[in-house]
Amino acid sequence: MVPELGHFALILALVFAVLQATMPLIGSLRHSQTLIALARPLAWGQFTFISISFLALLFAFLADDFSVVYVAANSNTLMPTLYKISAVWGAHEGSLLLWVLMLAGWGAAIALFSRNLPLPMVARVISVQGMVAIGFLLFMLLTSNPFDRIFPMPIEGRDLNPLLQDPGLAIHPPMLYMGYVGFSVAFAFAIAALIGGKLDSAWARWSRSWTTVAWVFLTLGIALGSWWSYYELGWGGWWFWDPVENASFMPWLAGTALIHSLAVTEKRAAFKTWTVLLAISAFSLSLLGTFLVRSGVLTSVHAFATDPTRGAFILIFLCIVIGGSLALYAWRAPSISDGGRFDLFSRESFLLINNLLLVTLTVLVLFGTLAPLIYDAAGWGKISVGFPWFNTMFIYLSPLLIAAMGIGPLLHWKRDQFRRLAPQLGLAIALTVLVVVLAMTLLQPAIGFGLGLAAWLLTTHVINLFDRSKRREPITIGAGKRNYSRSYYGMWIAHLGMVVFIIGVTLVSHRGSETDVRLSPNGVYENSGYRFQFNGVEVVKGPNYDAFRGEFVVFQDEQEITRLYPEKRKYFSGGMPMTEAGIDAGFLRDIYISLGEPIGITGDWGLRVYYKPFVRWIWLGCILMALGGLFAASDRRYRPQRVASI
Amino acid sequence: MKPRQQRLIFIGLAIIGIGAASTLAITALNSNISYFFSPSQVLANEAPQDHIFRLGGLVTTGTLIRQPESLTVHFDVTDNAKTVKVMYTGILPDLFSEGKGVVTKGKLGADGVFYAEEVLAKHDEEYVPPEVASTLKTAHAEGVTPSNPPSPPAGASN
Repeated sequence: MVPELGHFALILALVFAVLQATMPLIGSLRHSQTLIALARPLAWGQFTFISISFLALLFAFLADDFSVVYVAANSNTLMPTLYKISAVWGAHEGSLLLWVLMLAGWGAAIALFSRNLPLPMVARVISVQGMVAIGFLLFMLLTSNPFDRIFPMPIEGRDLNPLLQDPGLAIHPPMLYMGYVGFSVAFAFAIAALIGGKLDSAWARWSRSWTTVAWVFLTLGIALGSWWSYYELGWGGWWFWDPVENASFMPWLAGTALIHSLAVTEKRAAFKTWTVLLAISAFSLSLLGTFLVRSGVLTSVHAFATDPTRGAFILIFLCIVIGGSLALYAWRAPSISDGGRFDLFSRESFLLINNLLLVTLTVLVLFGTLAPLIYDAAGWGKISVGFPWFNTMFIYLSPLLIAAMGIGPLLHWKRDQFRRLAPQLGLAIALTVLVVVLAMTLLQPAIGFGLGLAAWLLTTHVINLFDRSKRREPITIGAGKRNYSRSYYGMWIAHLGMVVFIIGVTLVSHRGSETDVRLSPNGVYENSGYRFQFNGVEVVKGPNYDAFRGEFVVFQDEQEITRLYPEKRKYFSGGMPMTEAGIDAGFLRDIYISLGEPIGITGDWGLRVYYKPFVRWIWLGCILMALGGLFAASDRRYRPQRVASI
Repeated sequence: MKPRQQRLIFIGLAIIGIGAASTLAITALNSNISYFFSPSQVLANEAPQDHIFRLGGLVTTGTLIRQPESLTVHFDVTDNAKTVKVMYTGILPDLFSEGKGVVTKGKLGADGVFYAEEVLAKHDEEYVPPEVASTLKTAHAEGVTPSNPPSPPAGASN
């Protein structure tokens, strides 16, 4: 009964989505207040019904209702409750339901927090959201209904993919989807503005906080995915340039360009059409990501569930969204004036450089991801693009990006004098060179490059902070220093996150060690100043798996510092064995051991022993970036109705 | 400078930048892509002798041999028509097993042995890499393999 209720709620949600996509839009074009006023209740209604549907599926999981195919395939009675909940979005159908839930949630949030927006604008934004919802709801109902039943009902479910039975992965998809779907808001704002033909600073300001929040979620989602793959896949890597990772990284790059471009549109009323194009791109890339993940056109470590008909549906949807929005863009954009002139040496110029580089990187990642498809389609053979290629691209382009990132925030809008900045830049360059020389002589040449980038970014930003606290800059019109600060400090923290990230990547890449060793019980292995003593492997039992558990004692300077217990689990439901790495995490280094495979009959094991200096800094950097985003999004000027009421 | 000139400079720089980036991308791509070859193609000398490529197929049952006191293993990869010997030092992925599909990445030695630097893992036991699937299909279409699919149908298992 409950699953039918969920299914029915989903159909009702589709009806609401159709109404939502049409009525408010027609109202806004015909100036009918009645139709416009429908926008908010419709957004609420859609959210309500999708919530009911989602709760119905959740209930089916918690009640172990194996008559539902999706539950039977992804859960079983032995699974801990946490994973029964996360199993709701553990596979294709449920993750789509989560996706539309979030889409409707963002729509409801717009309806709730848009009291200061002009009503026709709200109506259009909510309409565009409704159109996107139609696509996804149809997709679910036609190809991937999570409420399908099976008969006879199986007695026990098949279990969730063991790889996903992990706290990190329980929250990774919701975070990532919040980001993906959040860009639909930026997209809806852009399309609504194109329909209305009005792109002004007020539009950019509304769009900006929403986009930043979406970007924060995406940043955290990607970081969580990276952290998860680090400890769960047992390879100790944090990024593989896997197509699915790229699928989440491309919207991030485009979204990063977008939040910077929105800054210019808000402050200087420039880059308007470019900003719109970026908003369309960021969301299109999110859709493309979904397509790549779900269609199985690319070989990927994430290729869990794939189905060509689903791929075809998303591809058509993708074409409609991209084609439609670009057609609208081509029709409307020429009539939009791109005001706000600026000099070559101005903040606008440097934000433009930032945008060009980020877009170039997006295109390169897109190209690298799709190259195997292009080669195959053209009959040039079956290829794979190795991750050294992606690394090379980023190593070549990141110095330019970082250089601009250091200078940009120091500059005034519109026009600045190089002479004014010469002493500051001179100081930053001197300090950077000092760091590079020290790193190259004391550590190794390759490290000088990465640490130099970090030093440049850090020194320019510290100088900027001092500079700003000394002077009172009337930067925003009608806003005092206090109003300005959150957004400024947000930028500062996010850029500091980049510094931390670069340090982490540099040191873990050049100072870390990864070795595969073969050890007998009581065998000893030494590396990077640590001694690892292998005490053998025993069999232990978990709630829904059996495991081999190894014991390692780690010594440093003859002192025992920790014991590690890596596991190799075999889940009862079958499937591949899972590797749970033993990790001694630290601020300055991780020690990481994972069980490879048993060898021979003497109790020998193939083991991976990794030393990972500063690896935590990679995710710490991401957290700082997200924190900076949150800070910036909470700036007072995004809440003008309160300011106005004072 | 007039705004018009500035705009032209910007556009010029952007075009130069994009040109440089794409040249760089394509050049670097050539040294970083690895083509996929089946054992039949390798034995027909279609695979390069001095460049990394990927070799895929099924691991022949009963061919996995370990060297004592090290992590080195030998196994055969077949497309049910031809077979290539593979040598690899390191830990095999969890899903590696005899009779199952595998993709390895490395170089072909002058002795005809494929020296793998990487054995690729896939996180789904039912997953067959598409290249391997099409390799088996091709070999089958050429009439060199028995008409049974590599894994027996469900009814035939008892």
